[in-house]
Amino acid sequence: MTNEKIITADKLSKRFGDFVAVNEISFEVCRGEIFGFLGANGAGKTTAMRMLCGLSLPSSGEATVAGFDVYRENEKIKKSIGYMSQKFSLYEDLTVKENMRFYGGIYGKSDAFIKQKTASVLEQLHLQKEANKLVRSLPLGWKQKLAFSVAIFHEPVIVFLDEPTGGVDPVTRREFWHMIYQAAENGITIFVTTHYMDEAEYCNRVSIMVDGNIEALDTPSALKQIYQSASMDEVFLKLARKATRADG
Amino acid sequence: MSIAVTVKNILKTYGKKKELVTALQDINFDVKTGELFGIIGPDGAGKTSLFRILTTLLLADSGTATVDGFDVVTDYKQIRKRVGYMPGKFSLYPDLTVQENLAFFATIFNTSIDENYDLIKDIYIQIEPFKDRKAGKLSGGMKQKLALSCALIHRPSVLFLDEPTTGVDAVSRKEFWEMLKRLKEQGITILVSTAYMDEASLCDRVALMQDGNIMSIDTPAQIVANFGRTLWAVRSGNMLHLLDELNTMKEVENAYPSGTFHHVILKKGYTDAFLQQALSETNNNLEIKAIRPNIEDCFMQLMRR
Amino acid sequence: MKQFIAFVKKEFFHIWRDKKTTFILLGMPVVQIVIFGFALTNEVKNAKIAVLDNAKDAAASSLITQIDASRYFEVSQHLVSYREIETAFRQGQIKMAVVLPLHFEEDLQRYNKAQVQLIADASDPNFANTVTNYASAIIMDYQRRITNNRKLPYTINAEVRMLYNPQMKGAYNFVPGVMAMVLLLVCTMMTAITIVREKETGTMEVILVSPMKPQLVVFAKAVPYLLLSVINIASILLLSVFVLEVPINGNIFLLVGESILFTLVSLSLGLLISSAAGSQQTAMFISLIGLFLPTVMLSGFMFPIENMPLPLRIISNIVPAKWYYIIVRSVMIKGVGLKDVWQETLILSGMMIFFLTVAVKRFKIRLA
Repeated sequence: MTNEKIITADKLSKRFGDFVAVNEISFEVCRGEIFGFLGANGAGKTTAMRMLCGLSLPSSGEATVAGFDVYRENEKIKKSIGYMSQKFSLYEDLTVKENMRFYGGIYGKSDAFIKQKTASVLEQLHLQKEANKLVRSLPLGWKQKLAFSVAIFHEPVIVFLDEPTGGVDPVTRREFWHMIYQAAENGITIFVTTHYMDEAEYCNRVSIMVDGNIEALDTPSALKQIYQSASMDEVFLKLARKATRADG
Repeated sequence: MSIAVTVKNILKTYGKKKELVTALQDINFDVKTGELFGIIGPDGAGKTSLFRILTTLLLADSGTATVDGFDVVTDYKQIRKRVGYMPGKFSLYPDLTVQENLAFFATIFNTSIDENYDLIKDIYIQIEPFKDRKAGKLSGGMKQKLALSCALIHRPSVLFLDEPTTGVDAVSRKEFWEMLKRLKEQGITILVSTAYMDEASLCDRVALMQDGNIMSIDTPAQIVANFGRTLWAVRSGNMLHLLDELNTMKEVENAYPSGTFHHVILKKGYTDAFLQQALSETNNNLEIKAIRPNIEDCFMQLMRR
Repeated sequence: MKQFIAFVKKEFFHIWRDKKTTFILLGMPVVQIVIFGFALTNEVKNAKIAVLDNAKDAAASSLITQIDASRYFEVSQHLVSYREIETAFRQGQIKMAVVLPLHFEEDLQRYNKAQVQLIADASDPNFANTVTNYASAIIMDYQRRITNNRKLPYTINAEVRMLYNPQMKGAYNFVPGVMAMVLLLVCTMMTAITIVREKETGTMEVILVSPMKPQLVVFAKAVPYLLLSVINIASILLLSVFVLEVPINGNIFLLVGESILFTLVSLSLGLLISSAAGSQQTAMFISLIGLFLPTVMLSGFMFPIENMPLPLRIISNIVPAKWYYIIVRSVMIKGVGLKDVWQETLILSGMMIFFLTVAVKRFKIRLA
């Protein structure tokens, strides 16, 4: 982790009519940091993430991602980020290799790059034998790990992970987090949302959103101290129970 | 105590010979009347197939099962009168209002909202302020409460909840389990499946499932007691480095991250003294303690067999 | 019964709340009929015609002058042989040819009876129909005028020949065609889609686990679309009578009854498709390719079946729309009663019972 700022948000807001989905949130994320972005359903996580990914224009406030402005340079932002969600999976009717070839291609990577990167990812995942198998035939846990590898295939500056481990068995979940750590070591910034509170403990810093505001932002151990809780689960419940709005 | 659900030698496969997928292999268990029974396992473990067989929606390849004393194949009509079922996806009509959804499900189960209002009152009262809102416009937690109300409206004797808490935040999950506790007090047998291991401790008994097999069935406390090994929690200044180091040590049987600590199982004959000695040189702020395993630790230990 | 009513009510909510789809379903027949109606109103004005005057006598030239003088026609060519008629039509120079026989005046005076032949290009059947009607009217007028001077009335027979499309398929045929298409679309496709949607969203699981009889689910799904279809039948008939001025010559109750029968056939087909399709797209695809296309191609309203090769003629027999089309044309335009269409009615009834039985049998009481 370095001090180079990869994400900066300053009073970033999004309003839909009278409804303030995201209310003046400000934070910074450094290169190589694993940043946990928590919040109850409807707290505004998804809206905030969409603004940072360049998919939705903020109503007010400033933000940069990988040095690019979210208002004017969203195309450049898209090139510098990777994205993976629980729902987004790979093309089931393409092979492992074809999926990598495809994603490398849409990010404009050279054939040589794709070839070399495919080999190294397959080796890392021990998937060499399955390279030409359809993704459909892989076990769920492998798919999830493969999806992450594909999300960082083009070597983005930052990767957004939206509940990446939902429904995955505990062993795969660990392996998945191990991959996240490795990516962070290699300087990729990780921006992750999760409903598993033990995963919040793995993050360098955690923010908790309640009703469109960032109610807390600190390292897991500091948060536990501040809220006098034994676990992140307790911290989260203490904060999220204050929520008054129930809509998403 | 009487038995509400029995499952004997249930086998279920999908697909043709070439790409045969075994969803359930030889599943056996009983659920007592009034029990809150959890089926814990990741996606693809076979939880949904099992629930569909028990709710008469799917036929098993072989084996038998009964619900409330009725056979799931021959007496399916009887079972359909007395079970409540909440499928994985919240099965509501998004273009109908809260009230219309509930009234519709009440009618097709031959009852009315008034008749069993006392049973759903606790849950429904929380969404009643929004009763004229379309179900599609509710938040995840509220949808879940409405779906539960719909599944309960005919006062079922056995309630099947297939992953009711998936994709729901920690607060709503807590509330949901509190609701289940109250329902259990009303004498309803509840079978609930979940991929969240931490929810296991809220059940009377649990079945841990993986790849179509039940690895263990017991009370959560007994499952923990059966862990049979000492579990060490270790942490230091550099957690990633620590984990890599642990994984290369031949004396370590298994090591994996768990919250703020790494959990470590040592091979027979080694104790914390060994860990202390081996790790102290390469790690600062080293902390080692013995801890009680949780269900997830047990699940992972069972997966290794 | 209460369950059934609740289910039907719910279906109406779905339809009512999806206003866009409902609007299209109810508006489509109106738009189709109106568009066609406007396409038809090409009033005849100074249509160019050719004359083949074999008589060359006073009566003949007097008649020709009267035709030419009317605002409907303009005699542009005087032909000398029968063969030239064909050429004139082919070159598209004329809309109608009038042929006067060799002894026109003599026939009139001696036998009080003469023949005039009107030949029209029926590849545009509606136009051909209109021009021959106008021409016949002028001839009648002429006949009346000269009869005033005589004791015995003259009779001029106007023999009308339609070229290229002797059966005059078109105008009147469009209405039954639109009815068949609209009913198929509303009933088959919409019923199929709505059932499959419940499978997709998972609500079907809950309904199956309820004590409600699966057959009731099937019927409850069909009722609202039956009603929508009745509205469509009514609007199509009203529009065709008052806008297109297509008469209903037969019994209107018979016509409506037969239309409802066809609706039921379409509904059963929709239910059948829903039992086979796993997604809304598949349901739509089967409905369009498997039903809509054969209806347009093989029901006889676009292309005459009798001109098709034998295999297609055989296949056309299993297209329900073919039989419905025959019935509607017979009842609406020819004005016949049930005794003349009972065979077709029986075939449609048979199809309905067959499809419905298969659909209800195939409706799964369980998932896959």
